[in-house]
Amino acid sequence: MQLKVAISEHDHLQGPEDATVTLVEYGDYQCPDCVRVHPTVKLLQRRFGASLRFVFRNFPLAEIHAFAEPAAEAAEFAAAHRQFWEMHDAIFEREGPLSSELLFSLAKENGLDASALTEALRERTFLKRVKQDFMGGVRSGVNGTPTFFVNGKRHDEGTDFESLAAAIEAVRSKFDGALSPA
Amino acid sequence: MSKILDSGVTAPDFTLHATPDQSVSLSEFKGGPVILAFYPADWSPVCGDQMALYNELLPEFRKHHAEIIGISVDGVWCHAAFAKERNIHFPLLADFEPKGAVAQMYGAYRAEGISERALFVIDKHGVIRWSYLSPVAVNPGADGILEALESLQQELAHAT
Repeated sequence: MQLKVAISEHDHLQGPEDATVTLVEYGDYQCPDCVRVHPTVKLLQRRFGASLRFVFRNFPLAEIHAFAEPAAEAAEFAAAHRQFWEMHDAIFEREGPLSSELLFSLAKENGLDASALTEALRERTFLKRVKQDFMGGVRSGVNGTPTFFVNGKRHDEGTDFESLAAAIEAVRSKFDGALSPA
Repeated sequence: MSKILDSGVTAPDFTLHATPDQSVSLSEFKGGPVILAFYPADWSPVCGDQMALYNELLPEFRKHHAEIIGISVDGVWCHAAFAKERNIHFPLLADFEPKGAVAQMYGAYRAEGISERALFVIDKHGVIRWSYLSPVAVNPGADGILEALESLQQELAHAT
């Protein structure tokens, strides 16, 4: 399967634009596997440094995860205030279960206006954006969360560090040669 | 891997229980396309679950006036508990007795006693228009279903 929606300035991006490898994750903030894979992504970023660009796209399974959509909307709300990654990390690194109260308190901790977030969640201001990510994912063959794409190709092996690192390294070494020891 | 029924073939009719006191026949669905999704078993891990994904996509399927039906060899009470826990809003049919008989008609039964992950898009005249067999461990997603529904819709637009 190939990624059907090209990376654009609308995406949430980390890492240099000219990185050799782009890793795209379709994720759900309430999915336990996505919570588990979050530190793995951080390790991959540390391992591959400037060779790796990371993109996160929303894929909330709202029928099984009641807070997946509000959490994604809260992260998009933060993005509108240039705080996407802070909120993204805070939601994945939370202690305890997701709730509206938790989203408001994480927003406050990141200097965001909790009452504006309340309003945005009530009006569902950012839902359209979240749904767009979701449908783009469906078109690309995302079948659950987390689903990763390495330079546009769906990664069907495991989501453990070794498996993802091997897939990234296979692409990276083709272009950049040997990696300096980590 | 099994050899599933191909596009162009008339979809074999069947009647299966959706709940203990309600059964569903394929021939009842005449208004639009029907998506048949055979899957091995209820209760696969949540975030990678095929039925959970289709459940999220019901509004998309409805845009095409399509109905989706899940079929596995699980019994009605198992389906009921699964549907309740996962908030599933479409019928899950029990291909339970004789076990796997409907899956067999579609060429989607595995020797170990479960159905394949096989998808069929059937048009309103009861003809299979698209089918897909996925490796049993791989959730096939929904991109193929949506493409098949779109091409049916395009045909309809051309015909009028």
